Amino acid sequence: MKVRTRRNFLETAAVAAVTGAAAGCGGAVSNWRFLTQQEARTLDAITEWIIPADGNPGARQAGVIHYIDRQLMRRFREHRKTYRDGLAAADRLAGGSYADAPGDVQQETLRQLERDPRTRPFFDLVVAHSMQGFYGNPHHGGNRDFVSWRMLGVPPLPVRGRDQYDFTKGGASAKG
Amino acid sequence: MRKVDAVVIGAGAGGGVAAKELATNGLSVVLLERGNWYGPNEDRKDDLRNQRTTILGNNSGPEDEGNPRVVVDLAGRERIVFPSQGGYSNNAACVGGGTLTYGAMAWRYHPIDFRMRSTYGAPEGSTLEDWPITYDDLEPYYEKAEWEIGVSGDDANNPFKGPRNRTLPMPPLPPTKEHVILKAAAERLKLHPFDIPMLRNSVPYGGRPPCMRCRWCVGFACEVNAKCGTQNTVIPVALATGQCELRTGAMVKEIRFDQKGHATGVAYYDENDRLQTQEADLVVVSGAATESARLLLNSKHRLFPNGLGNRFDWVGRNLQGHTYTGAFGYFEEDVYDDLGPGAGIAICDFNHGNPGLKGGALLANEFIRLPIQFLGMLPPGTPRWGKAHKDAMRKYYRHNIIVQGPTQEMPLWDSRVQLDPKVKDRWGIPVLRISGDRHPHTLEIGAAMAAKAEMWLKEAGAIDTWRKLPGRGTSGGQHQAGTCRMGNDPKTSVVNRYCQVHDVDNVFVADGSVHVTNGGFNPVLTIMANAYRASDHIVKTWKASRFRS
Repeated sequence: MKVRTRRNFLETAAVAAVTGAAAGCGGAVSNWRFLTQQEARTLDAITEWIIPADGNPGARQAGVIHYIDRQLMRRFREHRKTYRDGLAAADRLAGGSYADAPGDVQQETLRQLERDPRTRPFFDLVVAHSMQGFYGNPHHGGNRDFVSWRMLGVPPLPVRGRDQYDFTKGGASAKG
Repeated sequence: MRKVDAVVIGAGAGGGVAAKELATNGLSVVLLERGNWYGPNEDRKDDLRNQRTTILGNNSGPEDEGNPRVVVDLAGRERIVFPSQGGYSNNAACVGGGTLTYGAMAWRYHPIDFRMRSTYGAPEGSTLEDWPITYDDLEPYYEKAEWEIGVSGDDANNPFKGPRNRTLPMPPLPPTKEHVILKAAAERLKLHPFDIPMLRNSVPYGGRPPCMRCRWCVGFACEVNAKCGTQNTVIPVALATGQCELRTGAMVKEIRFDQKGHATGVAYYDENDRLQTQEADLVVVSGAATESARLLLNSKHRLFPNGLGNRFDWVGRNLQGHTYTGAFGYFEEDVYDDLGPGAGIAICDFNHGNPGLKGGALLANEFIRLPIQFLGMLPPGTPRWGKAHKDAMRKYYRHNIIVQGPTQEMPLWDSRVQLDPKVKDRWGIPVLRISGDRHPHTLEIGAAMAAKAEMWLKEAGAIDTWRKLPGRGTSGGQHQAGTCRMGNDPKTSVVNRYCQVHDVDNVFVADGSVHVTNGGFNPVLTIMANAYRASDHIVKTWKASRFRS
């Protein structure tokens, strides 16, 4: 999206904070609505495994975590504890900080989260919410710049004026 | 509040038609709608929040908060559900009801669909029955619905349909890629493909523009008002008479009666949650099969302590919908052309005449799929996350055609809605408790329809196909029907052939509740036609007796 709203700016800033060096500072203040800085780093790393970047952007570039964080203040309020406990478990299983663990440890941790009945509900939620954030409307914070729709070959928002459709066809039989 | 001639409850497919017919025939009408009136520009085209995909809620009411229901699963376990959750069987709560956001297929049931028991006999355990009316009784009213509300399409090539007196008022939309591919394949198979009748403008009609072919169709309000619902057709006509007052945010608590059990009007909570009484000489209930049954059960009297029309325990029974099955085909070529509504071609070759089966379904191509909707349509066995999942989305999204259809269900006595003894809504009104299953034969028919769909796709050139098979559990959903059965015998039905409650002659039910069986078709045009027919009877009776007998 070309339009740079204040919200977009803040969210971009938040991504920079998560993925860049700024994550190291302080720790008490979070740029996120619900997640702590540490939780955000963990969740961001998990979602990137759920929908990895390849020739096309993955969950991180699409901003999936923005969608989840925002909905944890709204529709997903009931899932807050599941997220909090699940993200802590991911860090624990990965030896302290999931996002800082090597790739193979991250992958093995995900498999454990998926396998263990205690963390399976958390894992299922993250999968579902990542898909929603990635393939859903950018209006909700994910699918930034319609990356998933572009990937699938769906033109973003051609809602008005369909020039490929000739409205004059068949008009003769239109009687009120 | 001033007494009126008629109060109509629910401004959806049935209630909108009834309000218009009564008002234009000189009756004073109050139309009560629990939801809001959404304009065509208010819908945000939100793929996560709409009538079909309710991950973040629905766009056409009712709100989740304060509107619970209780669902009992096959193991007898109870759980509380809200309108945007599965199992609730939500239709909509807004002016237009389901017609604001529907896919808008405008089917006439076939003549056999009104004579299911005579044709097939009831399978063991099913309450399958004939309607007390025939296709011919309804035909003039189908035509009226098609012309007053507006239908495009062309079913001339459907040899299985009942006779029609007049063609549809609008031509079909030009075909999509899917349509062209499927049509040629159906012809090779000696089937009879045709253009689906749709309550959608293909050309300017009724003062509204034609469809612009956008992909935000089923589940959303049409922003150019090309989709024809009661909110942009008959309801404005009713209001323009000056004889009809629409009150939104009005939740009806109960129908009120005099000593003799004659209805005197309704009690309802207004938009500020104040209890109001609206007196009327007659009451038309059009809340859809779940809520209409609830209102009747909540309307009690000394003469019918278990609820209006419920002396023989039929209210809420025989809850039906449709069992959707079909098949998915993967095509080497790109078959996505980004043209809504997507669905456009159908066959009725398998609605009836299937050896060993008591019915069937229309088969049609699916509506256009948004990416979020397509997530649930990937082939079985697709990894649910990781690169393999992403690969599958890329591989199949523009290369699939889905054919499916609504199998006509064998009604069951024990598939039902009743009042929950404990749970109440935010106004303190007892809510519905939904329980039941699908008849094994329904599942058998559904599986057969999936095989037919797969055959069609294979002929069309699909290099890989898989079937969507039916599952058990209660039906209902947006096609909900059957809970206030129409019949001649008061002991085995709730309303008579004119949709008039057997026990109380000034209360009518005009919605899918009265459907004895639900056809292998989307039900809305039948709901509209039947509302026209019932209204015709009401107007005639009104002129003779004013229901004051």
